[in-house]
Amino acid sequence: MSYILDQEQLDGLEEALTTDLMTLGIQSVILIDMAGNVIVNLDDGKVRHDVYSLAALAAGNFGAVSAMASIIGEEEFSLLFHKGKSENINFTKIMDDFLLVSIFGNDVSLGYLRLKIDEVIKKVKVLIEQTRST
Amino acid sequence: MAFINTKTKEVQVKLVFVGPGRGGKTTNLEYIFSRIRHRIESDMVSIKTQGDRTLFFDFLPFELGAIKGYNVKTQLYTVPGQVKYNATRKLVLKGVDGIVFVADSMVDRRENNITALNNLSENLHFYDIDIAELPLVFQYNKRDLATEGIPILDVETMEKDLNATLKAPSFTASALKGDNVIPTVKKAISTTMVAIREKLL
Repeated sequence: MSYILDQEQLDGLEEALTTDLMTLGIQSVILIDMAGNVIVNLDDGKVRHDVYSLAALAAGNFGAVSAMASIIGEEEFSLLFHKGKSENINFTKIMDDFLLVSIFGNDVSLGYLRLKIDEVIKKVKVLIEQTRST
Repeated sequence: MAFINTKTKEVQVKLVFVGPGRGGKTTNLEYIFSRIRHRIESDMVSIKTQGDRTLFFDFLPFELGAIKGYNVKTQLYTVPGQVKYNATRKLVLKGVDGIVFVADSMVDRRENNITALNNLSENLHFYDIDIAELPLVFQYNKRDLATEGIPILDVETMEKDLNATLKAPSFTASALKGDNVIPTVKKAISTTMVAIREKLL
């Protein structure tokens, strides 16, 4: 199976993620699919991560956590958070096949970020649901 | 699950190297990495056990140029070959677009090859993928062992064991020496691209 996102959808995704998340002062936002493909990659211009490796690891990591959830009788753990000394990563699942990865410093409130992520996910869902699968 | 980005004119394709444990999957990726490291920004990512065996996967982005004006970014993955790691092996296969099956030519690994191929078929079935429908290339690895006097299977036997019904393209190779490694991956990418090319705008 493959899927295509057109310019309008990608512009819409970038705009929504920029307006709702990047303006909070977070370092980067990456929208990926569960196969590890990078759909949208936004950053604050100060960082230069290896986004493709990050996406592969994030998809694998999330898959592993979901498999663990299944073993202990949970349907899934829909969000995941890793705390570092100065940088943190938050993963949020969107529908069955997509994952939003947000990287942010300690100056950003996790609670507020999650609130904004909940809001932006609604917009992302609408845009992705128009996707043409083949 | 190939992703086609019409804005950046980019296609992202996932190619997975599978096969029995100690068959040379990681060695394939290491050789490819040694050949392309000067022109890619990424490092090869490996999640290994302390004993240097693949625990989860190896990952290497590989760019092949443009097809129909679309830049093709291929993500190469390996899976752990050991039987006990099936849960992680299954995870890596999620969204796979093409397979390289690295079979071990050593005579005493004959059963392991067949077991690994059956396991691949079962794992693909979990994602509703029929192995016969998926782009697939066989690589009969470790052919160099014959020069060291180690008994290896003849190609006809391996074809009969693994490729009799699938009739996929196959290559003899030595991942350690790099023989036929690049032709194998190029064939896998081109076969995969043929499968998704019709979907390009």
